[in-house]
Amino acid sequence: MRALISLVAVLLLVAVAYGMAEANMRFLLGVVIPYAAVAVFIFGMIARVLKWGSSPVPFRIPTTCGQQKSLPWIKQSKLESPSGTMGVLGRMALEVFFFRSLFRNLKMQRYEGNQLAYGEAKWLWLAGLAFHWTFLVILLRHLRFFTLAVPVPVQMLEGLDSFLQIGAPILYITDVIFLAAVTGLFIRRVMLPQVRYISLMADYFPLFLILGIGVTGVMMRYLTKTDILSVKILTMSLVRFSPDASVLGQIGVLFYIHLFLISVLFLYFPFSKLVHMAGVFMSPTRNLAANNRWKRHINPWNYPVHVHTYEEYENDFRAKMKEAGLPVEKE
Amino acid sequence: MKLYDGGKIFIGLIIFVAFAAFPFYFNVGKVNAKPEPKTDTPAIQEWEKQNGKKQCVESKEFMRTEHMQLLNNWRDSVVRDGNRGYMSDAHTKRFNMSLQNECMRCHSNKKKFCDECHNYMAVKPYCFDCHIAPKEEEKS
Repeated sequence: MRALISLVAVLLLVAVAYGMAEANMRFLLGVVIPYAAVAVFIFGMIARVLKWGSSPVPFRIPTTCGQQKSLPWIKQSKLESPSGTMGVLGRMALEVFFFRSLFRNLKMQRYEGNQLAYGEAKWLWLAGLAFHWTFLVILLRHLRFFTLAVPVPVQMLEGLDSFLQIGAPILYITDVIFLAAVTGLFIRRVMLPQVRYISLMADYFPLFLILGIGVTGVMMRYLTKTDILSVKILTMSLVRFSPDASVLGQIGVLFYIHLFLISVLFLYFPFSKLVHMAGVFMSPTRNLAANNRWKRHINPWNYPVHVHTYEEYENDFRAKMKEAGLPVEKE
Repeated sequence: MKLYDGGKIFIGLIIFVAFAAFPFYFNVGKVNAKPEPKTDTPAIQEWEKQNGKKQCVESKEFMRTEHMQLLNNWRDSVVRDGNRGYMSDAHTKRFNMSLQNECMRCHSNKKKFCDECHNYMAVKPYCFDCHIAPKEEEKS
């Protein structure tokens, strides 16, 4: 049901974009909404990060999965339980680039009555990794619409991505992997009962939205083609802050649907679970060194507390304690 | 608002903005020349004189978005089936499926026609890895 509502929501967005493109509201679709979306995305992300940054992290709470730094003859697991900056950087790099923690994903099964067994389940890691990396490559490849002297690395990326030279326009390998990975992640979400149980609209909606973006993009490239020359004239005018409305009429409706879905993604980004893009860098369970045992971390909101020590107590009651025959430390 | 580890957070935010706003500052101060493919070769002018209008194998709109697909189909037809005859929708005329002998006969100005948009879009078709491009005199 939650998946169905999310699907309907995305289809509704498609219908809205289609209607607006047909109803000659292309300036809104092609210029106003994209600008608003990019502004909301950038400032929304900054606001979100500053909000997180204003929460104190008084205690060291890294989750560790290895031997912490100890006696010299005990081998430390430097990446799993980092004790310094270099270790933390290595650990974060593993997490950000290779999704180290997803690699530990397990599946749990019951067998022979009530026996529990745990096994590896790498599909989530593999599909997640494939999805994120291909999404990044596709995003970077789109820079060819936003730069005139297209940077050499972007051109190299594109050459590498299309090196199979299948068909014309040449097939991009990432397009295939991307759609397969998103579909795989969706199937995993609905097939595994435990995962389906905890899945919310906020999980399905971005999946369908991103799938919609991918499908419309692939359709525009390989099936019903659009006039990409006019598209680039539009995008170049947008990045120069001098929108060229003259080409809006020459671009197919499918492009406006694609663009509208991307605008919605950008608008939605800072307010949804997608902010894990910034959040992964700010997770105290990942980005802190596990040095609790030898470094004192003082709670920033500590205020001075008057402590009545035993010494003071004894000073107050020494005479009475002696009278009662109690032992005292000072005579 | 007090920031904890503000230095690190600001470095992160600067990197984020540098990536997100890349297209906006990268193009500052660079020329923004729109492509203008030229269809004024002698062969095209001759055709225009005879027929009263310029007309490619298919309509201009079709050619603009689908020419790569058309050429790919032509290649498959010629190389795999040995069939060089092409009946277009726009003409009643039969065309010879050949990049060098048919397309480039009219569009003998590869640099001012093909490359004009391909360079703008940073597209690098591999047609002329095998085919011979028409000879062009550099006119400046």
